[in-house]
Amino acid sequence: QIGSLGGGCMSGGGNDIQWCFSQVKGAVDDDVAEADIISTVEFNHSGELLATGDKGGRVVIFQQEQENKIQSHSRGEYNVYSTFQSHEPEFDYLKSLEIEEKINKIRWLPQKNAAQFLLSTNDKTIKLWKISERDKRPEGYNLKEEDGRYRDPTTVTTLRVPVFRPMDLMVEASPRRIFANAHTYHINSISINSDYETYLSADDLRINLWHLEITDRSFNIVDIKPANMEELTEVITAAEFHPNSCNTFVYSSSKGTIRLCDMRASALCDRHSKLFEEPEDPSNRSFFSEIISSISDVKFSHSGRYMMTRDYLSVKIWDLNMENRPVETYQVHEYLRSKLCSLYENDCIFDKFECCWNGSDSVVMTGSYNNFFRMFDRNTKRDITLEASRENNKPRTVLKPRKVCASGKRKKDEISVDSLDFNKKILHTAWHPKENIIAVATTNNLYIFQDKVN
Amino acid sequence: MSAEVPEAASAEEQKEMEDKVTSPEKAEEAKLKARYPHLGQKPGGSDFLRKRLQKGQKYFDSGDYNMAKAKMKNKQLPAAAPDKTEVTGDHIPTPQDLPQRKPSLVTSKLAG
Repeated sequence: QIGSLGGGCMSGGGNDIQWCFSQVKGAVDDDVAEADIISTVEFNHSGELLATGDKGGRVVIFQQEQENKIQSHSRGEYNVYSTFQSHEPEFDYLKSLEIEEKINKIRWLPQKNAAQFLLSTNDKTIKLWKISERDKRPEGYNLKEEDGRYRDPTTVTTLRVPVFRPMDLMVEASPRRIFANAHTYHINSISINSDYETYLSADDLRINLWHLEITDRSFNIVDIKPANMEELTEVITAAEFHPNSCNTFVYSSSKGTIRLCDMRASALCDRHSKLFEEPEDPSNRSFFSEIISSISDVKFSHSGRYMMTRDYLSVKIWDLNMENRPVETYQVHEYLRSKLCSLYENDCIFDKFECCWNGSDSVVMTGSYNNFFRMFDRNTKRDITLEASRENNKPRTVLKPRKVCASGKRKKDEISVDSLDFNKKILHTAWHPKENIIAVATTNNLYIFQDKVN
Repeated sequence: MSAEVPEAASAEEQKEMEDKVTSPEKAEEAKLKARYPHLGQKPGGSDFLRKRLQKGQKYFDSGDYNMAKAKMKNKQLPAAAPDKTEVTGDHIPTPQDLPQRKPSLVTSKLAG
């Protein structure tokens, strides 16, 4: 069935992906505890592991099970692999500041040995976690019983060599490094460098460079704090290292600009190498212009040639070689432009949506309201709106595209703008690095969708 | 047959209508200004950003603390409020007063 949506629809036919529900994690009840609000979702580099962070400071890691050759109609399911408390609430007595335990970002390190490593951060502190498997344990000690009690040495008459015997798999998470006290303001981003030795952390006004092994020192590489805070006009909203060039990173601002910096140019990268900004028609300027131009997320393409930014109403693709305008712009929910007044009053206009690329950089995805999420195919220029809902629970059933009716006559199966639930927001989505598997977070549930495998 | 004045008026009206038609954003702005006439000119400016930077600041700063201490030189320290709600202003909080924010010892429902 091909959706009758004019030039827009992505479902049906040819090489188009057909998305099917695969799994949903989390509680069914509508009464959401604050701690359960999902705040970040991230696949690791192979896609085998999927991590989530929540407002309660907890991390849950899912692992894809090995493909079942008999049941070849779907790829492996994701099951819980490890869960731990990453951050706890703190109170800074010196500044009278409450520090939330909410996990703002998780970033995986590429795998170097048997263990997995990830960085998780709240507003103030970044932690390096080691997740390792234990599937053997030593048995046959001479001085210890199997339950751990010590033996009386005088009762030992023979000696034996302890051996490792298999045991049930145990996955342990341990904090290996704690990177603290380097941020006065709230951390919004962390990004691991392609050198796999350093990473950056960005707060509202500053960006710091760390070495993964060193916790007592951090280099400040960007500082946009004005001498007089009255002169503050913009803040840093996101930052990311280039996927291939270890000297290059970008940061976005609340004014809709992106600055690309080269660490070879100077120790403090306050002067950008490139400034990406789309000129605005001054006659179109309104009270809302700056707020909706604020960039909530910036992501490099896997190739490193492009970067994508998300502002309140759109997704823009920029060619790193062209600073004066984006090469592609996709409207996420343009129908909200005539609702900005209410969205300002209920604070939704400040919602920070993220965006992501698929593995081949051909499709981009971002969330919206009413548990809708959107995908844009850069090659075919087609787009699709899908919904993360338990009503579409049957595995292998293709998801039905959704359509929002902006005004006037509402067709059957369309939903009007005024019926949208603005409390159901999809802020965090992730795309498997190699396959067509996506993870979509609603307020407190994690949905996994896969493309239909024949 | 139209007189001079009505023509000028209709040109202005036409621009206003054009604005509404071509810019839903401007229409929304007008709505907002009608509801909040005192709303500042620069929404993305200092006040808004500074509020964002101060997120998490709950209680008081050292200025308030010193002023409150000075006021209380001749009085006894006020007892802790029996209900441990937000502590602000003159009351000098002690660690015992601050509401306990325990970390969630409950496993995430995603892992359930």
